[in-house]
Amino acid sequence: MSADTRREKAAHIRHLLDTEGENVRENASHFNENRYDAIDEFDEYEELRTTVREIKEDAIERLPELIETVTESVEANGGHVYLAEDAADANQYIENVVGDAETLVKSKSMTTEEIDVNEQLETAGVDVYETDLGEFVLQVADENPSHIVGPSIHKSRAGIAELFNEQFDPEETLETPEELTEFARDYLGERIRDADVGMTGANFVVADSGTITLVTNEGNARKSAVTPDTHVAVAGVEKLIPTLSDLQPFVELIARSATGQPITQYVTMLSPPVETPTLDFDEPDTPLSESDGDREFHLVLLDNGRTAMREDDQLRETLYCIRCGACANSCANFQHVGGHAFGGETYSGGIATGWEAGVHGQDSAAEFNDLCTGCSRCVNNCPVKIDIPWINEVVRDRINHNESTEFDFLVEGLTPDEEPGGVDLQKRFFGNYADLAKVGSATAPLSNWIAGTAPARALMERVLGIDRRRSLPEFERETLRKWFDARGGSRVSPADADREAMLYPDAYTNYIEVERGKAAVRVLEALGVAVEVPDVASSGRAPLSQGMLATAERHAHDAYADLAEHIDAGRDIVIIEPSDLAMFAGEYEKFLPDRSAERLDDNSYEIMEYVYGLLENGGSSGKLPAGDGERVAYHSHCQQRTLGLEAHTVAVLEDRGYDVLTSETECCGMAGSFGYKREYYELSMDVGSELEAQFQDEEARDRTVVASGTSCLEQLDSLLERPSRHPVQLIDPDR
Amino acid sequence: MSDVLTTFESSLDGLDVATTRTDADGFAEALDDAIREPAVGVPLGLDDVSLADTAVTVDPTATEFETARTGVTPVGAGIATYGSLAVAADAAGSEPVSLYPERHVAVLREEELHADMDEAFAWLGEEFAAGRDSYVFATGASATADMGEMVEGVHGPAEVHVVVLER
Ligand code: SF4
Repeated sequence: MSADTRREKAAHIRHLLDTEGENVRENASHFNENRYDAIDEFDEYEELRTTVREIKEDAIERLPELIETVTESVEANGGHVYLAEDAADANQYIENVVGDAETLVKSKSMTTEEIDVNEQLETAGVDVYETDLGEFVLQVADENPSHIVGPSIHKSRAGIAELFNEQFDPEETLETPEELTEFARDYLGERIRDADVGMTGANFVVADSGTITLVTNEGNARKSAVTPDTHVAVAGVEKLIPTLSDLQPFVELIARSATGQPITQYVTMLSPPVETPTLDFDEPDTPLSESDGDREFHLVLLDNGRTAMREDDQLRETLYCIRCGACANSCANFQHVGGHAFGGETYSGGIATGWEAGVHGQDSAAEFNDLCTGCSRCVNNCPVKIDIPWINEVVRDRINHNESTEFDFLVEGLTPDEEPGGVDLQKRFFGNYADLAKVGSATAPLSNWIAGTAPARALMERVLGIDRRRSLPEFERETLRKWFDARGGSRVSPADADREAMLYPDAYTNYIEVERGKAAVRVLEALGVAVEVPDVASSGRAPLSQGMLATAERHAHDAYADLAEHIDAGRDIVIIEPSDLAMFAGEYEKFLPDRSAERLDDNSYEIMEYVYGLLENGGSSGKLPAGDGERVAYHSHCQQRTLGLEAHTVAVLEDRGYDVLTSETECCGMAGSFGYKREYYELSMDVGSELEAQFQDEEARDRTVVASGTSCLEQLDSLLERPSRHPVQLIDPDR
Repeated sequence: MSDVLTTFESSLDGLDVATTRTDADGFAEALDDAIREPAVGVPLGLDDVSLADTAVTVDPTATEFETARTGVTPVGAGIATYGSLAVAADAAGSEPVSLYPERHVAVLREEELHADMDEAFAWLGEEFAAGRDSYVFATGASATADMGEMVEGVHGPAEVHVVVLER
């Protein structure tokens, strides 16, 4: 990416932060909080997630068979099914069905957005009306959805009022939400009454009964489906589920995941054509029972790249998505900037990378894919258990490989990674950070001085896209390993030890945040653990997050080879940097044989989790300093929270007598290398401002700040005047 | 009084939906209290009660339908934990009658209450097998937050009232 492109990107993001950021943030955070509450109260959540995942895996596996089944069942009901190969094919079929109809009313459907059916029909002379209020607002404003569930969440009430007053010039100026809603309802009510055709999407299609399921709150989908005598439903082929009983767990999960409601107002399950009498408002005196009742139904099943996705081992999971939007709502970047930046042609949020790459092509995904930082906050929130960050990393890798140029061999010769030359220099820089840190440390403090000078920063910004407003981590000349060797290794000998541990010297702890490593060694020794700090390959987290999968995989093999020996020797693997632990516990299953990944996962612990375990198993905390009620503000790490390990740090600190307050934001905004990048610096700081606000308010202002992740600590350093450190440093016997 | 009915009532209460309990003898009066006139309805299909003794117009013309303030329909089932009502998309017109007027009055026999979604889907499976394969689970009033705040009564009814015929 050129410096100019970065600048343009940064300007676009800043514009959205200024114009739409506040509304998106308010609404997405609201959905997010409601979802957490709804899930807390719902005991069957995890069980149903497992069930729906299995149903989806099975349904996609059997897709060709389900398409046949639904074709038979809909035809037996008296309807028609059309399997459309792509958007043009679908639109052509719909245009033929609609024929010389004058008006068509629609309920909300992302799939019809995907094929741009409105434009097509309008060109053919049909008046198309969106009847979902959010979609209607966008249609009037001529804008695209900013969220897959709440398409107009970027608009304020005042903005909508202004828009309506200008466009419709009503007798009484519209102002309140009630007035606006009433106006839209009346306006659309007339359109629905006069419409010749009703078009809906489908959240689920039950194959063996031909049942279209619509999950809505307003009632417009019901009206659009049954008021006109022709109903066209457009659904991606992935919406098929085998039988009615498969529908139940989805009904119980989808609303909770989307908006935090236990169920939406209307769950409409129609097996059309339905028996509902047609309403003929032109014949005012005809009783309901005498309406002609002739109905026509068309189910348009859209492929548009889905068959290819199904055959793609990495993208297949995307087809399990039920489009609840939870991955967008739980994403800090999305909460701040919304789907107009964090989205492609049609879809938005974390999973959009999979959808866009599959249905519109990689270029559309490339536009926004870097906004997924891999923080993993969405992972536990996805009702179908999709590994959303992984899909982003895979697509990023593919994009990297697509951008190769003829000079690639030059770069390839100069970098230690496994990637082709086309990979962006910025990505290469961050992806090879462990190697770089080694050189930086060996040449410190010179390397720090040089890197800190204005010309060097200008050059780094221009060439590598590292924002000059960020201060750079400072390399230590004496690494953790050198310090450890110099003091004569472990002070607790294996012969006297209760346990033996290998403290994993990740690049940050070894070369930069050396103090937290020393504290960890002393804490472990105080608890009777014999410690080793050997030379171990880096985990591969850095290249993975840049979409450099081949490099990440090579690291995984090297690191496993190094670690396995320690596990065999009976040592526990103790890790300070949560993102490395998450790599071992998560992504390694993609790179290593199952048994190897499991073995490493079973034997790896986050440092405070490990301390917690030692104390729980009778270890004495007597040698660790007491907190004496010291007030602490703690920001856990995104991936650590996804692994369910925030509580352990809190418990240990409370056990030592600290008064702990935890942060409430999803992410600090730094997310590894993300916050350093010129194009994302401002977004990163905007996300960080929430954490800043919480840690600066009255409850927290005087508290000692601790955080578990390196990048979180760096972000906190730039947000707050007071220093921050790793929690293990609070219980360091040398403190 | 059954636990299921109590749960159902409290779920409805949480949705701002009022419930009236009655029996065959008190039905006509209870129903007339629950509606706002003019009211239209579809036949209840029950042996012991009917809309004939009430102020409700059955089998309305398009004009009567359009001007009605209340729509009265039977519902096939109620789901206690959710406070949901199963409205059939039937030939009698339950679907539009429950949807268009500003107030929906649902008539439900206590026997048709189901404790939870498991039971409700088991019932729905039987209905589908019997060829009645189009239903809406309606829960509370129609609503939107698209205009900046929650507003009830968008395209569907703003008010819902349930009349339960006790065993
Ligand atoms: S990926 Fe999961 S969380 Fe995201 S929209 Fe799809 S189903 Fe919902």
